[in-house]
Amino acid sequence: MLIIPCPHCGPRPENEFRYSGEAHVVRPADPETLDDAALAELLYMRSNPKGRHAERWRHIHGCGWFFNCIRDTVTDRIERTYPAGTAP
Amino acid sequence: MADPRRVHPLASHAATVTPSDAVCVAALPPATRLSLRTADAAAAGAALGFTLGTPICRAEAAGPRAALKLGPDEWLLLAPDGEAAALMGVAVAGSLVDVSHRSTAIEISGPFAVEALAAFVALDLDAAAFPVGMCSRTVFGKAEIVLWRTAAEVFRIEVWRSFAPYVWECLDESCREYW
Ligand SMILES: [Zn+2]
Repeated sequence: MLIIPCPHCGPRPENEFRYSGEAHVVRPADPETLDDAALAELLYMRSNPKGRHAERWRHIHGCGWFFNCIRDTVTDRIERTYPAGTAP
Repeated sequence: MADPRRVHPLASHAATVTPSDAVCVAALPPATRLSLRTADAAAAGAALGFTLGTPICRAEAAGPRAALKLGPDEWLLLAPDGEAAALMGVAVAGSLVDVSHRSTAIEISGPFAVEALAAFVALDLDAAAFPVGMCSRTVFGKAEIVLWRTAAEVFRIEVWRSFAPYVWECLDESCREYW
């Protein structure tokens, strides 16, 4: 089992967490002005890198809070985690 | 005043308790449970009569009352049965919800309590990693629980009432090894 360090609770078993997609996807201030192609790009397209990836996780069966995580998608090694709303 | 029609979620299970020096499981009586979310812990604690100053994942017990800090701004407040109405009348900046009847409590105690829990809980329950006074939401088998180490060999499990028979029967199996 992976041990994931929650920025609030410390190291915890992975079954307390839920994955929540790529981090730092900037939501537009005025989504009503986007055309269909731009909206589809925003909603469905992700960087999907092979290697270092900034992603969101939620400690759903713990403190309940979302946070960010740098994980290597090849090795599954977690480089570090940091609170939501802070820079990587 | 307790409603006489009220049935303890583990009423039919509690009778199956096996007395043991190794590990013992007990259904605890009904309690008052409040879920508190607030950014001003000092003011809310003073108004409600709880100490909310502990770090995250730590519980502060004072007599029959206890405050379990489950998140950066979240507490589970425990008090004797029947105190919910009075506590819910207190004005608090934040959200205060009476969840007394949502959960029930199971106590597991004895020198093999950690071993019996570890069959279903992935947390490190070593005394260094999960000391007395520590509490946390976590996963027990397929059920979400709140686990609180109240003494070196005593844990309190808070579990949603519909999951309580499941948790009870799981513990019944893992404890069997030590009976
Ligand atoms: Zn957490």
